Amino acid sequence: MTALAVTGLTKSFGGLRVTNGVDLTVASGERRLIIGPNGAGKTTLFNLITGELAPEAGTITLFGQDITRTPCRRRAHLGLARTYQIITLFPRDTILRNVELALLGLSGLRWNPLVGLDRQHHLASRAREALARVGLDHIADRALAETSYGERRRVEIAMAMAQNPRVLLLDEPFAGLSIDERRGVRESLAAIPREVTIVMIEHNMDVALDLADRITLLHFGEVVVEGTRAEVVADPRTREVYLGE
Amino acid sequence: MKGRSAASAGFGMLLGLATVPFWVGNSYYVDVASQILLFAVFALALNVLVGYGGLVSLGHAGLFAVSGYTAGLMLQAGFGHGAAAAGAVLVTLLASAVFAVLSLRSTGIGFLMITLALGQILWGIAYRWADLTNGDNGVSISTRPSPFGISLASAPSLYYATLVVFLVALAVMAAFERSPFGASLRGARDQARRMTALGYNVWLIRFLAFLFSGFWCSIAGLLYLYNKQFISPQVSALQASAEVLLMVISGGTATLLGPVAGATIVVITKYVVSAYVVRWNLVLGIIFVAIISFMPEGLVPGSVRIWGFAQRRWLARRATRKSLPGAPS
Repeated sequence: MTALAVTGLTKSFGGLRVTNGVDLTVASGERRLIIGPNGAGKTTLFNLITGELAPEAGTITLFGQDITRTPCRRRAHLGLARTYQIITLFPRDTILRNVELALLGLSGLRWNPLVGLDRQHHLASRAREALARVGLDHIADRALAETSYGERRRVEIAMAMAQNPRVLLLDEPFAGLSIDERRGVRESLAAIPREVTIVMIEHNMDVALDLADRITLLHFGEVVVEGTRAEVVADPRTREVYLGE
Repeated sequence: MKGRSAASAGFGMLLGLATVPFWVGNSYYVDVASQILLFAVFALALNVLVGYGGLVSLGHAGLFAVSGYTAGLMLQAGFGHGAAAAGAVLVTLLASAVFAVLSLRSTGIGFLMITLALGQILWGIAYRWADLTNGDNGVSISTRPSPFGISLASAPSLYYATLVVFLVALAVMAAFERSPFGASLRGARDQARRMTALGYNVWLIRFLAFLFSGFWCSIAGLLYLYNKQFISPQVSALQASAEVLLMVISGGTATLLGPVAGATIVVITKYVVSAYVVRWNLVLGIIFVAIISFMPEGLVPGSVRIWGFAQRRWLARRATRKSLPGAPS
């Protein structure tokens, strides 16, 4: 079954075509890696898929449902979750509260102005479970401002996973991490069950390659190569894009 | 320990508030105390948007005035107090909805400018549409309401009625602050983009917060009308909007007691200090400059910070003294 299908997706910023007729089909449970040099349009593609940007042409379907015109917030309710390359968290709150906000986003409870949020114990325990999966449950009550960069990357993943998504979009989950921190994030990602389809953008091929089933290479907003790990690595066009040969 | 001292401080404050008419005596000052409470309700209402929503409005005096004018004009037209109060709340909610739909197209400076413009339109109506609003002469009412048959004609009785409304407002705000919806509003303030991606309808959250704020503005506006038995265009002016915004900012945004402290400072300076100092505006200005210089986060959070700092210093000093052998005890 197809989890995510994108056809003829096009987006321009002024005169610059950042996404130019992109086709992408990701099977359910697949791990897809999207690579490409800076400015290839990888993050823009994510912003189009999540609905933070509106495309000029093309369609996006999620498990057969056309979501091209669905607002961003509705797509979260349909099972689409993402992380950000530039960490986008709630700096004034604790780690736990950050994850609770992710859980609240899909719950009707978010409109309730009367009950105490601190008393919603089921919410807190679900948030702690999500944090345990990325190895942060022991510092759940720490203020986000007092956490390291690597811990924040894992909070991003915990928030996305707390929403129990069907399709998870990871935007450079290893960016700016030390070797030790990379190992931690890698383990968290490898532990995600196969019910979740993952599309991951990553610059750093070494860490991400063995997580991927298939790889798509983007360049100047277009799909240049797509195939299995071995096929893409062996393809001369990959070398051309990356090494300029 | 901390919870107990907070509870006893709260109880002491409540006791103080409940006995104001006995130790103040003079009915003029009892009326001033009522005004502190009603402006505290007004400031709490604005704090919903400014503090928790991060949406700085400069048009809230317009909403406050809509409520007072609606009730005043309905009473003049012969409606009863119940109908006038209900009408005032409904019309103010409607005005808040219009304010929200127009101003929430933007945030930050854009939001501020749109609310300022809308507030000025309401001021213009109050000032220039004399056929409706009686222009500069304002609207006066001859009686105060008598809820549950209790007359509010005397200053102490009106004070107690205002106190009850103030305490209800404070309790509702405390619940709101801790609720999931309160967290949603703060989340929309801190990371609107993330909130949308997490499935929140940021616009609707802000819209509902605006209506909630508008509701408490209308309650404060009604209390003002009952207090003064008179309302004039001045109440809706930009200066009045700026004054309530200063209450919120000087007391401490996004705190429960900050707006209350801010309202207390402004009203006391305006009505009590002005009796002794002709240039009371100067006094108010000096107070604000002092607050901004020494407690940029506002009076309430700033005092908590300085108090905690002083306490730690004192404890540390006592500990060093004890550890030094031969030191005088």
